Amino acid sequence: MKLLAFSGRNVKEILRDPLTAAFSLGFPVILLLLMSAIQANVPVSLFEIATLTPGITVFGLSFMTLFSATLIAKDRETALLQRLYTTPLTAADFIFGYALPLLPISVAQGAVCYLVALLLGLPATVTVVYAVLFVLPVSLFFIALGLLFGSILSTKQVGGICGALLTTLTAWLSGAWFDLSLIGGAFQKIANLLPYVHAVALEKAVLAGNFAGIFPHIWWIMGYAAAAFAAAVLLFLRQMRRQ
Amino acid sequence: MEAIKTVGLTKKYKNLTAVDGLDLSVERGELFSLLGVNGAGKTTTIKMLSCLTKPTGGDAFLLGRSIARDAAEVKNIIGVSPQETAVAPGLTVKENLTLMCGVHGFSREKRQRKLEELTERFDLTEVLGRKAGKLSGGWQRRLSIAMALISEPEILFLDEPTLGLDVLARSDLWDIIRSMKGRITMILTTHYMEEAEALSDRIGIMKDGRLLALGTAESLKTQTGTEKFEEAFVAIVKGERQ
Ligand SMILES: Nc1ncnc2c1ncn2[C@@H]1O[C@H](COP(=O)(O)OP(=O)(O)OP(=O)(O)O)[C@@H](O)[C@H]1O
Ligand SMILES: [Mg+2]
Repeated sequence: MKLLAFSGRNVKEILRDPLTAAFSLGFPVILLLLMSAIQANVPVSLFEIATLTPGITVFGLSFMTLFSATLIAKDRETALLQRLYTTPLTAADFIFGYALPLLPISVAQGAVCYLVALLLGLPATVTVVYAVLFVLPVSLFFIALGLLFGSILSTKQVGGICGALLTTLTAWLSGAWFDLSLIGGAFQKIANLLPYVHAVALEKAVLAGNFAGIFPHIWWIMGYAAAAFAAAVLLFLRQMRRQ
Repeated sequence: MEAIKTVGLTKKYKNLTAVDGLDLSVERGELFSLLGVNGAGKTTTIKMLSCLTKPTGGDAFLLGRSIARDAAEVKNIIGVSPQETAVAPGLTVKENLTLMCGVHGFSREKRQRKLEELTERFDLTEVLGRKAGKLSGGWQRRLSIAMALISEPEILFLDEPTLGLDVLARSDLWDIIRSMKGRITMILTTHYMEEAEALSDRIGIMKDGRLLALGTAESLKTQTGTEKFEEAFVAIVKGERQ
């Protein structure tokens, strides 16, 4: 109940920020439309909707990192969090209270991406539903990353690091825009060691109905999510003690 | 049992001792004011007593519960109005109050009752539906204090509560504080001497983390041979300097 009260507040703070709605829903949708428009006008297959949508969905999730990090960093800078630290809320209430609200928001965002893709000609099959559901494990990683950065950065730093740097990195390293093997070399090797490309591969496999194809990608995602979450908890507790 | 008892309570930051071996005891229902110049250690003391910062030495007991060992129990019996206004900016006034009821695990009926009570006491009816972040500083301050009271704490910490309030709001808040005297133990800090004198049962004057003087406003005046309480305060704090 206490957790619910706190997470409810976090949902409101996130959704009432007009920028949130604009970025989390508008941006990915605009990208989808834009890329499809480009595709319609070039003869070669650059951005096929079935490969483009998983990439853009994962890219959209990088905003979840931005939202959770921004909320936590802001709260740390005001006395509100200090006040809440003097209430019966426990450390677990805080961590889950920040993380949980972003799960449904992530899935909603994924659903919007796929819905737009359907309108743009993505074949309507049941795998689309699965693809939306598989947004959940992927979003865990992005949310945990937000908790982590929110615990150590200031609001300003969050804007730069999570807002500009991480979203760009996600875009480049995920292979959302182009096939990473086109570049190859060290770039591809590094990209393969990071979760982004695996997140896209996972979504692509699910969308294609290729369930054997979700491995090993899902392990990469879960591994990174677990590591990010563990680090986030440690860093959150550290800043809590430091108050 | 005393409401608050501190035993050698100490907080050191690197090479600065913010609170230095504080021994203090406050009776139940007492309104105790902590006075002192900027940086004396008042807020640090309140932060330790409200389990926000861990002491680097000593301990304190709130109704017998140790702030070091029983923090969870202590948090159940305290209310804190921090020195800085502490409201959720994106929530309305009503939602802010509801949030505090929620984190204290109140039932629906109790929440409704507390909402009505606090709205009435702090004159919040007009602003109930407005976003807290869009209110003027003084109104945010009122809300911030109302949020501290909503949990019906047994011990209430008020760190410079009247800072930034207009004359009417301050007088209203004095009335509210007076109405709680005897029922709730309160620790108040303020830079307004007349406020401390008018409200407190006892006053402690701090400097450099230590308690310089302790007693009723009257006794502190007698002790320093001064007419006004403000003069007594100055005499005590300056006396230390020489
Ligand atoms: N987090 C911190 N790190 C380092 N020093 C600190 C910290 N918090 C407080 N201090 C120092 O501890 C001392 C006491 O500060 P405190 O805030 O308790 O004073 P105060 O009596 O509340 O003053 P004011 O009337 O200005 O509110 C000050 O010298 C302050 O600089
Ligand atoms: Mg202070």
